[in-house]
Parts: sequence; C-alpha cells; structure tokens
Amino acid sequence: MIKSLVFLLEFLKGLWITAKHFWINIFFNFLKLIGFNIRDRGSVTIQYPEEKKEIARRHRSLHRILTREDGSPRCVACMLCMTVCPSECIYIEAEEDPNPEIQKRPSKFIIDLSRCCFCGFCVEACPEDALRMDTNIVELGEYNREKLIYDLNRLVRISK
Amino acid sequence: MFLDILIIAIKIILGISWLLTLTLILTWVERKESAVVQDRIGANRASILGLRVFGLFQPIADAIKMMFKEDFVPPFSNRFLHTIAPFLSFFFAVITLAAIPFGDEITIGSKVIALQIVRMNVGLVFILAMFSLGIYGIIIGGWASNNKYTLLGGMRGTAQIISYEIALGLSLIGLIMIYPSLELNEIVKYQGSLLFGFIPKWGVILQPLGFFIFLIAGMAETKRVPFDLPEGESEIIGFYTEYSGMKFGLFMMTDFVEVILISALVTTLFFGGWQVPYLYPDGFHFPWGGNILLNKWIVTVLQVLSFNLKVAFFCWLLVLARWTFPRYRYDQLMNLGWKLLIPMSFVNIIGTGLILILV
Repeated sequence: MIKSLVFLLEFLKGLWITAKHFWINIFFNFLKLIGFNIRDRGSVTIQYPEEKKEIARRHRSLHRILTREDGSPRCVACMLCMTVCPSECIYIEAEEDPNPEIQKRPSKFIIDLSRCCFCGFCVEACPEDALRMDTNIVELGEYNREKLIYDLNRLVRISK
Repeated sequence: MFLDILIIAIKIILGISWLLTLTLILTWVERKESAVVQDRIGANRASILGLRVFGLFQPIADAIKMMFKEDFVPPFSNRFLHTIAPFLSFFFAVITLAAIPFGDEITIGSKVIALQIVRMNVGLVFILAMFSLGIYGIIIGGWASNNKYTLLGGMRGTAQIISYEIALGLSLIGLIMIYPSLELNEIVKYQGSLLFGFIPKWGVILQPLGFFIFLIAGMAETKRVPFDLPEGESEIIGFYTEYSGMKFGLFMMTDFVEVILISALVTTLFFGGWQVPYLYPDGFHFPWGGNILLNKWIVTVLQVLSFNLKVAFFCWLLVLARWTFPRYRYDQLMNLGWKLLIPMSFVNIIGTGLILILV
C-alpha cells in the first residue's frame, strides 16, 4: 500500500509535467495567433508543404551533369560511376567524340532513381567533376516508374 | 399532461444534443491536447471551403469516414449479439445523463421546470447501476465476435470492473453519510451552504479522500489509457477487434461519453454542480459583506455556465491524464483496486463516521 502511494505521488508529478507543457505551449501558440513572431516556441512542427526546412549545404539531392563552356556534357564515359554504384542504377553507353582531345563521350547516360540510394559514390568517383548531387531537389515522387528514369538530356537540363 | 410530456421530450433532446456535441468536441480536444502536450500542433487540415478553424471540422470528417466504412460482421460470430453490443454499451453510458442536474429550477408562468431530465430520488444509485451495466456491452461484444482476442478483452474488462467498481461505490458512502439525499439536485443544493461561514460546502472540501478515490475509479470506468486493459491496443487488440464502421464508432464514442459523464458526476458530487460560490437565487451575498442583486434569469445562466465550465475542466484533466500515463499491467490494476483504493475508501468511511459522531 505504501509503495502504491509512492507511485501515486509520481503520477501527480507526471501530471504536473504534462500540464506545464500544455499551458506553456498554449501561451506561446496564443502569442503566435495574435501576431507575435516567435519561431521556436510553442511547437516543433514544420507544416511541410507550406513551410520547408532549409536543406543542409552538403545534402545529397537529385543528380545533375555539368557541361563544358560549349554546352556539351563534361562526361567522358569512363564508367567509373557505373562501376562504383552499389545499387547499379547508372547505365552508360559510350561513343567516339569528334574532338581528339576528349576521345569518348556518352551516347546514353541513364540514372534509374527508383534504384538509387543517394550514397554519392558516383560523385566521389567522377574524375571530370561531371556529376554532382547539389540541386537541392528532394521532392522526387512520381506516379509511375518510367518517370523516375533520368536520361542524359534530362540530367543536363537540370543543371541549366 | 401533454405539456409535461412536451417539456420532458424537449429536455431529453436538449440533454442528448448537449452530450453528443460535447462528445464531438472532445474528440477534437483529445487530438489537440495530446498534440500541445507533446509540443506538436495536431490535426488542423480538415477544412470546409478552405476554412480551417484550428481543425474543428476534424470530428465531422471522422464521423463521415466512420459512417461510410463497410459494416462487417464476421461469419462465425453471433450476429444478433454482435450487433447489439455497441448499442448496449452506448445506451448505458448515455442514460446516466438523465439524473444529472444542469441548473436549479426555473419558473415559466406557473410551471416549475427542473433543469434535470428526470428528478428521481435514487439518482446516485441509478447512475452507479447504469455504469456497472455498461460493462455488458464489452463482455457481449467480446464474446459474440468469436475471436480469442476479443474474448480476452472482454474478460479483462470484467476483471477490471470488479477491481474498481467496489471502490467507486465505497468512495461515495462517505458522501451519502454527509448529504441529506441521494437525489442529485438535493446534493447540489446542500453544497451551496457554507462551512464556518465562508467556505462553500463542496464535496471536495468535506471528502478530499473520497474525491481522490472517485476520480481514479472514474478514470478506470472510462476504460481509457491508464486503465485500458479491455482494449490493450499493443498486445490484444481488444474487445472491438471485429468491429468496423459506426459500430466501432459507437464503442469509441462510449469512451468519450463516459469521460464527459464522469466529469459531470465529479462536478455534481464534489464540486458543487451548478453552484457558484456565494451565489443565491437573488444574487451574490458575500460573507464579508456586500451584495450584488441579479435577475433570476442571469442567475440561472450563471449556474448553467458554472456547471459547464467545471465539466470542461474535468474533461481537460481526464484527457491530460490519458496522455500522461502509460498503461497499468493486469496485476498492477488488481493491486491498485484491491490493495489501495478499497482500503482507502474504508479508511474514508470510518473517518467520516468518527467525525460525524464526535462533532
């Protein structure tokens, strides 16, 4: 019986804590409602589609392929990203580049985002700095899988 | 004669609409209060024509969802009992409203109307009886579903009710010894008199221990989280596993209705019901001198408002308790009921008796 009484005391403490949270949050929410600009008090909720959290500088988002000054993609089809990719979502077909200094260029460069795990190894592997994941585009949902397959044109277009 | 029937009918309609409206609002309060306690915002997306009003339309959205869900009866269940169980549960919860006074009598012409649906001289016993019968809904629902888990839930409900229902009744014995009547309006009227000339004679001041026991047992009565063994979401899904649609909704509503009724009962028995301190039928008379005379209609409005505010406060407190505590284990509930609440209510009865003899 004594033990249960001690429990009851702890219960009252618990009620006190939640009640404190309740009234403090109600107070700050009320201040917000009548127009005071208090950001981090009252609730921690970010109301997503309207408010967005700032994306971190090093966040790995949608890929893009960088271009040279003349507009052609920097990729030389060395296959390093394709080799390193753990989820095997990159597919490259190479062809000859008319410029003898470049020699190779991709005729097909496909990233299948439905398989991509956004590890960033492809960016690390790229010797030409042709591939980056710094677009800050994270809302990638689509209604069918075909739309998740990004080809060369699409990846270059993102960069512009 | 006809007028009397009309008055009773109007009172019933008003009472039930009061209860159901409050139930809907309470589902919103439950979502919002839990959110605010946990530093969140809570449901605020339900809108009509882009108008959100803090998510107050959420209960309507919930109700529409419940009504349009498929009403499935499991093929091996007892169809009749399965259907009648939620209605039993809901009925025995709502019927207790009949005895609760919302305010003092009002006089229109020569007619004296009590702001209470039925004025019966066994009001308190009636309410206790109906609360106890409410458990049949759970047991029948659990048994008729023909499912092991629902049966377990029903059995747990039974075990729970014998653990706390005795304490619930015994905690009121002290009150019955003090108050002149079992009729709830008489009880409320008695609480209007003053102790030592300045403290209102509310039940909580005369019977603090009784109030405490009654509040805990009342929380168990509502079958919500610290005592939600019949439901037990995380282990057995509970007595309403096999229910869907509005039948499940009725079980859900029963919980909320019981919260409101326990609040109303605590208010009536321990917090002076519709009494406002120092308010008499002709206005305020303060014990330290000074009178404010008021119209009798204003007095009635103040009384009804006071009752509603007290009920709202206890609804808030019960929802807060629901979002504070984890669930009791089966044996812990038994321990609490048999080893703490019942001995404490005996202590309360003996103490009250001694004081009544000595004073």
